[in-house]
Formats: sequence, structure tokens, C-alpha cells
Amino acid sequence: MNFQLTEERQMLQDSLRRFLADRYTVTARNKAIADPSGYSSAIWTQLADLGVLGALLPEAVGGYGGAGFDIATIFEELGRAGVVEPVLDTAVLCGSLLCGPHDAQPLPRDRQYLERLIAGDLQLAFAHGEPASRYERTWVETTATVGGQDIVLTGRKSVVVNAEAAELLIVSAREGGASGDRDGLSLFLVDPKTAGVRMQGSALLAGGRAGEIELDGVRLSPSARLGAAGGAAVRVESALAAAEVALAAEALGAMETATRLTMDYLTTRQQFGRPIGTFQALQHRVAEMLIEVEQARSAVINAAGHLEGAPQVRDRHIAAARNLIGRTGRHIAEEAIQLHGGIAMTAEYELAHIAKRIVMSEHRFGDADTQLERFIDLSAA
Amino acid sequence: MDLNYSTEDLAFRAEVRAFLEAKLPQDLSDAVRLGRGLGKEGHDRWHSILNEQGWLAPTWPEEYGGCGWNAVQRHIFDEECCRAHAPRIVPFGLTMLAPVLQKFGSDQQRAYFLPKILSGEHWWCQGYSEPGAGSDLASLRTRAVRDGDHYVVNGQKTWTTLGQYANWIFCLVRTDPDAKQQEGISFLLIDMDTPGIEVRPIILLDGTHEVNEVWFTDVRVPVENLVGEENKGWTYAKYLLTHERTNIAGVGFSQAGLEAVKRLARQQIHRGRPLIENPHFAARLARAEIDLMAMATTNLRIISAAAQGQAPGVESSMLKVKGTEIRQEINDLARRAAGVYALPFASEALAGDNSALAPPEGSDAAAAQYFNNRKLSIFGGSNEIQKNIIAKVSLGGRT
Ligand SMILES: Cc1cc2nc3c(=O)[nH]c(=O)nc-3n(C[C@H](O)[C@H](O)[C@H](O)COP(=O)(O)OP(=O)(O)OC[C@H]3O[C@@H](n4cnc5c(N)ncnc54)[C@H](O)[C@@H]3O)c2cc1C
Ligand SMILES: Cc1cc2nc3c(=O)[nH]c(=O)nc-3n(C[C@H](O)[C@H](O)[C@H](O)COP(=O)(O)OP(=O)(O)OC[C@H]3O[C@@H](n4cnc5c(N)ncnc54)[C@H](O)[C@@H]3O)c2cc1C
Repeated sequence: MNFQLTEERQMLQDSLRRFLADRYTVTARNKAIADPSGYSSAIWTQLADLGVLGALLPEAVGGYGGAGFDIATIFEELGRAGVVEPVLDTAVLCGSLLCGPHDAQPLPRDRQYLERLIAGDLQLAFAHGEPASRYERTWVETTATVGGQDIVLTGRKSVVVNAEAAELLIVSAREGGASGDRDGLSLFLVDPKTAGVRMQGSALLAGGRAGEIELDGVRLSPSARLGAAGGAAVRVESALAAAEVALAAEALGAMETATRLTMDYLTTRQQFGRPIGTFQALQHRVAEMLIEVEQARSAVINAAGHLEGAPQVRDRHIAAARNLIGRTGRHIAEEAIQLHGGIAMTAEYELAHIAKRIVMSEHRFGDADTQLERFIDLSAA
Repeated sequence: MDLNYSTEDLAFRAEVRAFLEAKLPQDLSDAVRLGRGLGKEGHDRWHSILNEQGWLAPTWPEEYGGCGWNAVQRHIFDEECCRAHAPRIVPFGLTMLAPVLQKFGSDQQRAYFLPKILSGEHWWCQGYSEPGAGSDLASLRTRAVRDGDHYVVNGQKTWTTLGQYANWIFCLVRTDPDAKQQEGISFLLIDMDTPGIEVRPIILLDGTHEVNEVWFTDVRVPVENLVGEENKGWTYAKYLLTHERTNIAGVGFSQAGLEAVKRLARQQIHRGRPLIENPHFAARLARAEIDLMAMATTNLRIISAAAQGQAPGVESSMLKVKGTEIRQEINDLARRAAGVYALPFASEALAGDNSALAPPEGSDAAAAQYFNNRKLSIFGGSNEIQKNIIAKVSLGGRT
């Protein structure tokens, strides 16, 4: 057993932590949130220069990492600092989709996209979820039908994170099968400026932006397809697995910050002539938060360590981690706010942002209940 | 033991329901149902509709324009208002200050202020909390120094709810810095148009502007605006707090919230079925409903004891804790039900049109409301403070 990070990961973690502590101040973050793109392009470039984006992708495509522990290490730091830049959507989700499964060789075109991604020169978004899909990974009603020389996409995609900033959308659509089937699912690279794509953008509560997208007879060349026709489920599932490891680690980092801020506050805030941290009623609650953070850390290690494993084993650990973090994350976010009192409710105070990141992470790819169901299903099989 | 409402109670309920059907404007109930802000105009409109009906001040004695309802009728009224998505009555003038004026104010103050509360001419806010005085309210520092027939006020209040709309503020101020903490405090009524007052917005984590900082720099307040006696303000403040905690259980809000969750969960599709049929979601929802059913009865037990003249003691603290826990759990269910549609900022999603790309009804404000209502367990005496009270009262005599 060895729970130490490798030397390279440790170095990357240290430099990322230092960079974010210095540069990702509350003011800088608020500026990024207010930016029309939903993030700061300057920070994005700096993250690329630090090697953060490359470390999320495998050597075969020009990266230098891409394993579960690379993703977890980086995202814990991003979560700790409450980073809103779309690293998850562009690099992890879309990066994995472009790479495809481990043994696949990306096309030259996709390799070029990956190179630009690693260089910090490309924004992407995965347009997958739909009004009726909730968190089901292969529930896709959008259709891709043949229309002469073209493929025609028709459907609607909901809350597509980073859609407005994306140069390209990766759109899932069905070329066969029924709504929930694994077979028949395809992926397409779509320029959002293509005729028939309509988008309504909105800011997200916890930072970043998303688009609600209508695909009304969008005509594409068949070369826009990513991977094999009707066979995209495996690609989608492994990309989502990587994204869920990232998200779990991000929530862990944010939970650590929430707990640290709470401890700092309890030792400084005076009421009734003493620091409120001297009230045992509050001490025990901090102790519980600390216990839960350790549980969350172990759950993330489990998930990250199994990312390269067989899909069923991988997904069972991921579901476990995400369920646990859904539960403990909510608890820690709520406790941190409560123990701070009114100040925690103000938009300007760091904790408000961190607490929102933790809670809202449950709304991506499946909340605690959905993860519980997945875990039960995968345990029975 | 009779769990049923009397025939008179039922008739009263029907009367309230008919009134709400006839007089509650659709745009206001829509705004409440969908968790949107009302603005000053919306609050004012509903205020004057209730005032015309003579139903604005259920808790006031009839001599001042109250309705003469008993506790059970007041409860029925609250419940029906929530059911119909009527706007919440802004409580500061009507249910917080008014009882204090009625009990401790001068004849002049009663004659001048009470009618203006009813007419809506005065919009009150509550200036209790300060940056250094939250739970430990008695440590407040805002100073009022007597200068002829004025007090000169200096200091800062914070968390002043809807202070941006208010033209009057009731404040706790320190008039004797040398006395023991609770004994040097006075209760002052201050016209917010007086020179030297500045209101600064505080934006909450859900993006709303609901609370403010209020700064006082050499603000001159006529001595006739002192309520009761100088340095006796703590007594009045505590009296006010007992009124602040009436209807603290928020049963009506929780019932309306639960209905909203159910509506949303019927629309949301999970694995091809309405979410409400999902066993895990259904179990959570059922637990919240079971808790609420018991709490509604706890609330009625306490109300009915109050109707028979018993003063609620530690029970109001119990209702505050349980009531806020249940409301917060229901808010949590709503945000879960909204799924990915909980992610967008409510205000932004709403700014969108009513086109095909609009989010499902009721989902857009769910997360914002969940975050906003974290306040329920913080203000009005935090839940920790309520538990301290419960423990102190129950263990007090024994340790
Ligand atoms: C089945 C069993 C087997 C045991 N075996 C052994 C054994 O082999 N050898 C041995 O020496 N002892 C043994 N013990 C004793 C055990 O270590 C004590 O029960 C334990 O230390 C608690 O002491 P207590 O029972 O006197 O409870 P108390 O100390 O009286 O505590 C009562 C309650 O008050 C709480 N409390 C006490 N102080 C504080 C504080 N400062 N802050 C907050 N809460 C507080 C406690 O947590 C507990 O909930 C055994 C006990 C049990 C039940
Ligand atoms: C949205 C909102 C609206 C508000 N509106 C108004 C208003 O209109 N007018 C007004 O005057 N005030 C208002 N308040 C202020 C509110 O009453 C205070 O926030 C509240 O009294 C708590 O004070 P605090 O925020 O300073 O927290 P603190 O008192 O600093 O408490 C921080 C934490 O410590 C805990 N704690 C403190 N003391 C103890 C203890 N002895 N034992 C155990 N735990 C303890 C608290 O429960 C809390 O968890 C509002 C607050 C909010 C958030």
C-alpha cells in the first residue's frame, strides 16, 4: 500500500496550489464569473502554461497524464480554490471524448483539436443532457437522420455548460435504438454557428455559464461524426467516468476549504465575550465535518484508483464516491454556512461561493439518489 | 381530544378561501409560486388589498384595527394564504413593532404610528443586529446621546431586511455605556429620511438584494421617538422577539413548498417515468411529509393552548428549530427535483423569454431558494440559540 502521490503529481499539485493561492483571489474569481464568457481567458492560458490541461490527457495524444490520480490531484486543487474555469467541460469531458477509449487511435483531425486543447487554445462543450434524460447517461432523444448527403440533427440539449464559449460542441444524437439504449448513439462535432442551432445562455449559480440548445434540422457532413456510427456509448461512459472523478475531487477540495474557513471563523468570531469556537455545541460539529472530509478523501481515492479499471468496477466505485460526497458535501456546506451565521450568506464572502460549488456539483451527472441507484444496480449485477 | 376543526372554523376557512380567489392578483400569486421577487410595488399592492378587507392585522387588538380572530383563525388564515400563494406580509411594522407600541408606546405614538402602519405609509425595518452583535445582541454598540430634545445617534446596523424600501427603522441603541450590557439599551424609532443615514446593499449568495447595512452619522432623533423608558429597551426588544417568533413554524410555507416539490417531481422525467414515482425520491418526500404532519399538529397544540390563554414558552423555540429544519429539507427536495435545471441562476434563466428554451416551471428558482433559506436557521435567534434556550429551561433547575 502506498497512498503517497508520485513526485510529478506532487510537484504539479504544489505549483498549482501556489499559483491559485497567489492569483485566484476572490476579486479575480468574481471578475471571471462576471465575464461574458463565464471565465477568465488569462487564467485559462496560465493553467495551460502550468501544464494543468496536458496533465489531464494521456501521452498518446500529446498529454502527460490522464490517469485517475492525475485528474483527482488537479481537481482537488481547483475545488479548493473554487475555480470556475471550464476545465472539467473542455479538458476532461470533451478531451476524453476526443481521445476515445484507451485502445482507440484518434483521427488526425481530433488529434489536432487535442493539441490545441492542451495548448489552451480551444474551448469545447459536451451537449448531451436533455430535458427528459435527467442524469441517465444514454437517454438521448435527439435524432441524427440521413438527409441526402448530410446528416440532420433534431432535438434539444439542456444546461450545456460552457456552450457559449465553445468553438465546437460535441453533440450526442441517436442514429438508432430507443431513448435509453446504449446502441445507436453517435457523437458529432458541431460548430455552434451552424444554421439551425439556437442557443439561450445563462449564468450558473456557482459560476460559469451554460446554454440551452435547440437543434432544428442542423445539417452536417458525415465527417462531423466522432468515432463509429451508433457506437458512442462506451466513449460517452468513459468520458463521464473521468468527469465524475474530477467532480468528486473538486467537491473534496471545496469541502476542505469550507471546513478550514469555518475553523478560522470559529476562532476569531467573538460573541458573548469569547470566540464562538469555545462553545462545545459548535466544536463537535466541526469535528464531524473533519471526519466527513476524511471519508470523502478516501472515497475519491477509491474512485480515482479505479478509473482505468473494468467499466463495472470503475462505475461502482465512482457511484459510491459521488453518493458519499453528495451526502457529506451537503452536510458540510450547510454546516459551514450555519456555523458562520449571516456572514456566510453574503455573495462577497468566500464561503458563499465555495458552498455553492459543493452543493451544485450534485447537479451534474447525478445527485446522491441517482448515484445510490447506480451503486445498487452495479452491486446486484 | 378532537382533531377536527369546528363548524365555525370551517366556515371561516371557506370565507378566507373565497376572498383569496376573488382578490389575490394572479401576477402576485404567480410570482410567489415561482419564487420570484415581488418588489416594493407588489408588496404594497397586496398590503392595501388586505387593508381594505380589514384583514391586515390579525394579531392586533380590535381597538387598533385588528380582526379579532383567535389563534386558530389566524392559523387558518395563514394556511390559506400560503396555499393560494399570497405574498408574505412584511412583518416589521405589523407584527413586530405594533405589539410593542400597543403595550409600551405612548398614546401619541400609538395614535400617530399605528394607522400609518395599516395604510402602508410607513414601511418599517428592524435595526437590531450589528456586525459585532448577532446572537449576542446585548453587546450592541450603536450610541444615542441625549442633546436637548434630541438623541444623536452614531453607529452601524446590519442585515436590515428590506431596509432599501423602508422609510422608518426601529432600533436598539446604547444610551448608557456604563450600565450592565442589557441595562443601558433604549428602543428608538427613526425616520430614515433624517440626514446622516446611509443604506448600503448587501447581496446574498443567491444574488438577491434583501438585506442592507444602515449607517448612522450624527443622526438627530426627537426624544418623543423613544419607546417607553430610557435604558429599558431590552425588555421591549425581548417582547418583540416573542412576537417575531409567532408563526415561526411556517407550516403553511412548508405545505405550499411540499406541493411545489410534488408538482415539479411530476413533470421531471427519470428513466422514462415521472420522478415522483422514483422510490428514492418518493421516500425522501414521504419522510418530509411525515415530519410536517407531526409538526403541523405540534403547532396546532401550541396554538390551541395559546388560544386558551397559555403563554407559549420553550415550545416556540421547538417550533422554530423543527419548522426551519423541515422547510429547509423541502427546499432541498425542490432543488434535487429540478435536476440539471437547478444549475442556472434563477434571475438569468427568467430573463430568458417564454420560448421553447425556457426551463421547466418551478425549477429555475429551486436552488436559489434553497440557498436563500439557509437564513431560516440563522436569523430570529439561530437554531443553536434556540437549543440553548430549550436545554437551559429543561435542565436549568436540575444542574
Ligand atoms: C461494554 C463495555 C465494556 C467496557 N470495558 C472496559 C474495560 O475493559 N476496561 C475499562 O477500564 N473500562 C471499560 N469500559 C468503561 C468505558 O471506558 C467507560 O464506559 C467510558 O470511559 C465512559 O465512561 P462512563 O461510562 O463513566 O461515562 P461518563 O464518562 O459518565 O459519560 C457519560 C456521557 O457523558 C459524555 N461526556 C463525558 N464527559 C464529556 C465531556 N467532557 N464533553 C462531552 N461529553 C462528555 C460521554 O461521552 C457520555 O456520553 C467499558 C464500558 C462498556 C460499556
Ligand atoms: C437574511 C438575513 C436577514 C436578517 N434580517 C435581519 C433584520 O431585518 N434585522 C436585524 O436586526 N437582524 C437581521 N438578521 C440578523 C440575524 O438576526 C443574525 O444573523 C443572527 O442573530 C445571528 O447572528 P450572526 O449572523 O452575527 O451570527 P453569530 O452570532 O456570529 O453566530 C455564528 C454561529 O455561532 C452560533 N452561536 C453563537 N452563539 C452561540 C452560543 N452561545 N452557543 C452555541 N452556538 C452559538 C450561531 O448559532 C451561529 O451558528 C438577518 C440575518 C440574515 C442572514
